[in-house]
Amino acid sequence: MSTATLEAPAPAAPPADGKLTKKMLTADHPTWCPGCGDFAVLAAFYKVLEKLQYPHEKIVCVAGIGCSSRFPYFVNSHGIHFIHGRALPLATGISLSRPDVHVFVFGGDGDGFSIGGNHLNHAARKNIKLTYVIMDNFVYGLTKKQTSPTSPQGFKSKTDPTGSIDRPINPMKQLLASGATFIARTHAAQVKHMMDVFERAILHDGFSVVECLSECIMFYEGSFDDSWPKKGGVFETIDETQHDVKDDVSAYKLADQPSPGKFGVFYDVDRPTKNEMEQKWIDSTQAKLGGVSQKDILKKRLEMMR
Amino acid sequence: MPTATASAPPSSVPAQTLRNAVIRLAGNSQDGIQSIGGFLARLAGRTQHDVMTYMTIPSTISGGPSIFQLHLGSGHVLTAGDEADVLVAFYQHSYDSHIGSLREGGICIYESAEVTEFKNERGIHHIGVPFTAATIEALGGSARDRGKNMFVLGLLCAVYQLDRDKLAGIVSRQFGKKDESVLRNAMLAFDAGYAYPIGDIGTFNFEEGEHKDEHRLSTDGNTLMTMGLIAAGVRYGSAYPITPWSSIMETLRSELPKYGGIYVQAEDELAAVSMTIGAAYAGHLAVTGSAGPGLSLKMEALSYASMAEIPLIVINVQRGGPSTGLPTSVEQSDLLQAIYGSHGDCPRIVLAPQDVEDCFYIALEAGKLAREYSCPVIILSDQGLSSRIEAFTEPDLDKCWVEPMLDIAERAADFKPYPLDSVTRHAPPGAKMASGRYPHVTGLEHDEWGHPSGNPKMHQKMTDKRRNKLIELSKKLPLPEIYGEQQGDVLLVGWGSTYGPIKESVNRMLSEGHKVGAIHIRHVHPMPAKLDTIFAKFKKVVVVEMNDSGMYGYGQLATMLRASLADPKIQSVCKTDGLNFRIREIVTGVEKVMAAN
Repeated sequence: MSTATLEAPAPAAPPADGKLTKKMLTADHPTWCPGCGDFAVLAAFYKVLEKLQYPHEKIVCVAGIGCSSRFPYFVNSHGIHFIHGRALPLATGISLSRPDVHVFVFGGDGDGFSIGGNHLNHAARKNIKLTYVIMDNFVYGLTKKQTSPTSPQGFKSKTDPTGSIDRPINPMKQLLASGATFIARTHAAQVKHMMDVFERAILHDGFSVVECLSECIMFYEGSFDDSWPKKGGVFETIDETQHDVKDDVSAYKLADQPSPGKFGVFYDVDRPTKNEMEQKWIDSTQAKLGGVSQKDILKKRLEMMR
Repeated sequence: MPTATASAPPSSVPAQTLRNAVIRLAGNSQDGIQSIGGFLARLAGRTQHDVMTYMTIPSTISGGPSIFQLHLGSGHVLTAGDEADVLVAFYQHSYDSHIGSLREGGICIYESAEVTEFKNERGIHHIGVPFTAATIEALGGSARDRGKNMFVLGLLCAVYQLDRDKLAGIVSRQFGKKDESVLRNAMLAFDAGYAYPIGDIGTFNFEEGEHKDEHRLSTDGNTLMTMGLIAAGVRYGSAYPITPWSSIMETLRSELPKYGGIYVQAEDELAAVSMTIGAAYAGHLAVTGSAGPGLSLKMEALSYASMAEIPLIVINVQRGGPSTGLPTSVEQSDLLQAIYGSHGDCPRIVLAPQDVEDCFYIALEAGKLAREYSCPVIILSDQGLSSRIEAFTEPDLDKCWVEPMLDIAERAADFKPYPLDSVTRHAPPGAKMASGRYPHVTGLEHDEWGHPSGNPKMHQKMTDKRRNKLIELSKKLPLPEIYGEQQGDVLLVGWGSTYGPIKESVNRMLSEGHKVGAIHIRHVHPMPAKLDTIFAKFKKVVVVEMNDSGMYGYGQLATMLRASLADPKIQSVCKTDGLNFRIREIVTGVEKVMAAN
């Protein structure tokens, strides 16, 4: 079966046999620690899906390894829990071969920016159609407090007992450089903001990434307090009347602001997805062949070797 | 071995009829000797003859000594030939390095402007021809080195009285797509070679080919493997370039869109196998591939595919050595990596094609087994097989074509992805679940619903399940046929591309009065059950393979056989010089084993 026979999903069409409810989407109780920011991400994800009313069976959750990467088990949808760092290429395989499903990828800062860092660049430049949510807690939590690629300099961990030496990655800048077409940052404690950003990311036609600051209560408590009004910080959002989300230079300047920086959509442009480009190639190739059966195409190819 | 019926040295007598001939072309990698060989090999297929080629290429971007050897025959050709009947030497170094490969009384045609010195020995007949000068003359002074290979092709066409019209047709089809002047120059050079007065060596012609009533194809192993994958229903995959695998991915990349498929060049080997697992999880038959070092990089994900029971085809075109080793040389040293590589107990199926023709059928079988047993299937090809050209009977697509399918039908309420009592069946995304409960696929140990489980009993049960399906397969596999004596002194055992040389060695040893037989193991893991019943018929078993005998004195397949059968009569003949087995190497090796105690 070629992908051409599969129809692209229609996001707003409610399923014929009733509404998609949060209840239908809940699976196991998460194994996360009480107070973990990831609970809020999960809750926001349920709510956005409920709003968008995707066909239940067409939701696919993909993850690599880490606390946040357990996500697929907590969503009652098709789900695949893969190896460390490789969730994006796996999701690429699903997305390119199955235009009829919605692919969501979940992971943490280690999975996304460290072991899977290279894949992030390439999924971005290829503009694979999928939504990637990175629950960034600035620490390796599952392995009990080692330095992460986003840990700030000076952060004390088991691998940096006197404070982290290495400069942290700036995900927004890196993603801009590698060509992602939708880049946003949100905060797990700002559920309304998070839901809005998720919704825009999901509806974006292309590679969309949301970095969601999600506190690790066990190993890096208070990491995001400075952007959390309840804890005395300031949650500064991007004013899109002042910032053009299609302007990469301006997005780069925004991304360069000192931590905690701004929240919201940094960049949102339309560029043909790889999915689309490949399908175009398939369509034009098949049009040239003019309805010859697949078996006959191969027969002809073999005849060339006579 | 290559038995030219002509007695040397040839003289100006009427054409002599041959059954076989081995031609070795020696030059540099940019002299176009591969295209001479390619044209001759294609001609063989079209004249119902058999052919096997062999080439060496330096692992440099350009330049460097290189050879192309071609064994043409009226009957079944099993090897590219131990020694040559004709050597074409383009340079002094070609002459010096390869004159020894010419049989006694053979013919050496050399570029007279390059080769100045030769030893008149072993009755070798030397013929100096100014390839370059004659080509330039033919093309009116405008040609450089480019056309001299076509000149040599014309020369060989005349010497062997080949079907000139058919050969010219093949040439024009190849060059016809290019600029008109390219074809014109090629044919001018070809005709000049054809008409060149070569002197008194006489001419030869071939007995009529034995495959008269069949459609014959001729191509290389990698190309045919690719066609096999398409016939098997593969429509998705991903890979990273590496020699000698790359040509399969290149062909898939340009061919698959015709069939509605996509092949992605991934950023690295890890992404390549991951994308392929993604497409397989999504319900397609998908393929990735690589060569030795790339297979190592894929190992973690392959372990996942065993654990998550994802059907997957992985092609490994083996090359020489550990690490980057010998990228353009042949070896069979990835067997144990293919079977056991990666962490944990991660069963998988490993197959090895025996010749170019089998590359097609093994791809079909890999697809079938991957689906049936829901596990990764690794195909172990090798550098020799990947690039050599053979002629064979055209596959009957009406019989073997597999329609690609994606099953996203609703799954019944009792659906479990990993049932303990039957084979694993996945429900790909898009499939509705009547139970309302959606499946998870995971590399964590899991229960029957794909839910993570650390239960010790569950891990034992699931490990049993994953292993037992291979044991079931091994019981279903047919025992290999014994070639040669059905019982006797020595049984030769081979796998992969040593198929031809081993058979040829058995022929030679039989003719010398030895009681030998041979089997070829195509399913290298799991192997067919009850191989011991075959071994029991012979006093000794010699496993012939292109890898190192290692610390314990046994090659990789021999190690597997000794471990599974605990039979002390299993011995090894191994080599790792990066070259295909010569018949005399096998025969000498087997004789040594026979002589020992």
